[in-house]
Amino acid sequence: MATATTPSPAAGRTSRRGRPGGSRPARIDAAFGMVFAAPAVLGVTAFGLIPFGYVIWYSLHDWNPLIGQFHWVGAANFQRLVTDPVVWGSLWTTLLFAGLLMVLNVTLALALAVLLDQRLAGTGAFRAVFFSPVVVSTVAWVLIWNYLVASNGGINGALAAIGIDGPNWLRDPAWALVTVVVIQVFKSVGMNMVLFLAALQTVPGELKEAARLDGARPGRVFRSITLPIITPTILLVVMITTIGAMDVFVPIQILTEGGPGRSTTVISYLLYRTAFEQQDFGYASAIGVLMFLVLFALAALQWGTRKKWVHDEV
Amino acid sequence: MRHSPRLRRALPAGAMLTAAALTLAACSGQASGDEAADGPVDLRMVMWSSNEAHHAIFDEIADAYVAEHPDEVSSVTFEPLTGSSYINALTTQIAGGDAPDLAWLGESDAAQFVRSGALYDLSPTLESTPDYDVDDLLDGALEVWSKDGDIYGYPFSNSPFGIYVNQDLLKKAGQPDPRDLIADGDWTWDRLMEVAAATAADDDAVAGFQTVVDPYTAWNNALGAMWMSWGAAPWSADGTQCTFDSPEMVEFFDWFHDQIFETGAVPGPGEEYDFASGQTGMMLAQLSSSASLGEDFAWDFVPLPAGPAGTVPVVGQGGVGVISQSDHPEIAADFLAYFTNKANSELLAQFFPPPRASLLTVDTLGAAAPALNEEQIQGTVIDQALEAVTKPGHIKMSELGDPVRADLDALWVPDGDAKTVLSQVCADIEPIIAGG
Repeated sequence: MATATTPSPAAGRTSRRGRPGGSRPARIDAAFGMVFAAPAVLGVTAFGLIPFGYVIWYSLHDWNPLIGQFHWVGAANFQRLVTDPVVWGSLWTTLLFAGLLMVLNVTLALALAVLLDQRLAGTGAFRAVFFSPVVVSTVAWVLIWNYLVASNGGINGALAAIGIDGPNWLRDPAWALVTVVVIQVFKSVGMNMVLFLAALQTVPGELKEAARLDGARPGRVFRSITLPIITPTILLVVMITTIGAMDVFVPIQILTEGGPGRSTTVISYLLYRTAFEQQDFGYASAIGVLMFLVLFALAALQWGTRKKWVHDEV
Repeated sequence: MRHSPRLRRALPAGAMLTAAALTLAACSGQASGDEAADGPVDLRMVMWSSNEAHHAIFDEIADAYVAEHPDEVSSVTFEPLTGSSYINALTTQIAGGDAPDLAWLGESDAAQFVRSGALYDLSPTLESTPDYDVDDLLDGALEVWSKDGDIYGYPFSNSPFGIYVNQDLLKKAGQPDPRDLIADGDWTWDRLMEVAAATAADDDAVAGFQTVVDPYTAWNNALGAMWMSWGAAPWSADGTQCTFDSPEMVEFFDWFHDQIFETGAVPGPGEEYDFASGQTGMMLAQLSSSASLGEDFAWDFVPLPAGPAGTVPVVGQGGVGVISQSDHPEIAADFLAYFTNKANSELLAQFFPPPRASLLTVDTLGAAAPALNEEQIQGTVIDQALEAVTKPGHIKMSELGDPVRADLDALWVPDGDAKTVLSQVCADIEPIIAGG
């Protein structure tokens, strides 16, 4: 006996709307997607979300592991944080560090990328030279610079040879932060340079050519054609550089230990000292939560304003 | 059963979160299962030396202990945590629920570990260990390792501070040999700095005097052995009152400031010199620094000079204690008693000056520092160790280090004023140390 099959209303709706989960192949695609995404989701969950949940939990406790003390204090760590001048001083130092580093790094990386985008002899070698610090161990890089910027080190020796009395780079509060920023910029500028270089090579040559035929000078071509097209890369570079700068730790630990005074005590270094030197893990966790909120706010600000200055963002 | 679309989308994410949580739980479950195991245990001691010869001696003692106690201990592992962040690494292990059974600690951290309850009481074990001979220990050697008459750590290294002298540099600068100054009764900190300033005067590549660690960041370890000769101390004996602003301390810091910015005897902040490379006239350090000295230049090791309060011999100590949060504190304490008994202390004395009077001999210590001659060992190590005081720490040492460092930075400039800066130090640390 032949039977007629009537599609269910629900199936009909699914089909009309073209929902991805509605057909068998689409469900298989979705399943594959889940499988491929699973390692990353598991990694982020296990090593990001769950630890961050713990940090929030710890921030509500007084925890000294040395003596096995762990008890609930509610918002006390956050109340202390609000009135702690050292924390706010460190936050300001961190923002200063991140701002300086971001501006210097992005400007220098873009300038290098534009220079090395020219079809000139030897640009390949220069690209390798500028990128090589990226693959050098950060500790080794910083230790070498520690000797170079010592008050009786190589840089001041070179300056003395031309009659200049160099400053005490890491011990003068006016210079210490800038010195660490410059050392960090030299270490990481190569990565941003490569990102910009890749972006510059996607700019259609015919657009620039058309602008030149219309009489635009090279500066105008760069401002009106090249720069707008690479703004998505600029956004990416600004975001990762800012986040990286806010997390800076190794150069501070090796070069200045937060000094002189507290002139280079950035928030990540303060967090480290509070937790691992002072064994005040609860308060350090509260500082960690503050650090997350600041980073989140900065990233949100950059992301939220992208429509105003990033090409093709709607 | 039919789920809403939103729920269907949430299920895989929930499953992944659950899987991740279960994975973590399974990992921690393995650790707790090990704790509950019966039978012989594995002991672990953290230490800041990665010197192979140190580890060989430690392993030799541990192997003998395991052979004698096969039912209690199956192995003893010595784990090096090297670098300036040793205490931080140790604390991280404890915070992570992976506390070692035993730990090597410096005298500066002893007070904090002992008085906070982080170390296990060793007295019952040491008293019941045959032939341990507690009376053989030097007077005062256990002071920072004890609380209320009970012993919480054993200072297996009891090493006096002295002055290393680069005789070639002093001779080149036309300066007297410190041994002659000692013989003439003219071996004072002032005289030392005069010699140092003259040694550094004509050569930018040479420093006059340095401490073995940087005085501008590690203020207590670098300067603690010096200010005692001024009769100065950073805090009261019970640790509850700041005495950084005492007249003696102000006088000491004024004097040290002058040696940096007036006489040039001491390299300024940010300057790098290395005694072992022949760049420094004199260095304040301990016996162990002799290991890095070769025959590139003639050198000597002489006792500390006298300050306004006379000559105050000072020792730095390396001790070992059992961590209270160890899974096996009683067994670890028993191993510690074996590790530091008289016979094994003699073995350890190959590298570390022992706190036992019977072992403070030229023959025993000659092995510890073969580069030193008999006169140096007797005069600078043994004679000093017998009378020395231990460089003190504080129960809240870890909280004091950074605020004091940050305040003292204001002094390390040419116009820095010791009285003002040290008053600020007290203002900043008094809230921390009040109540000890």
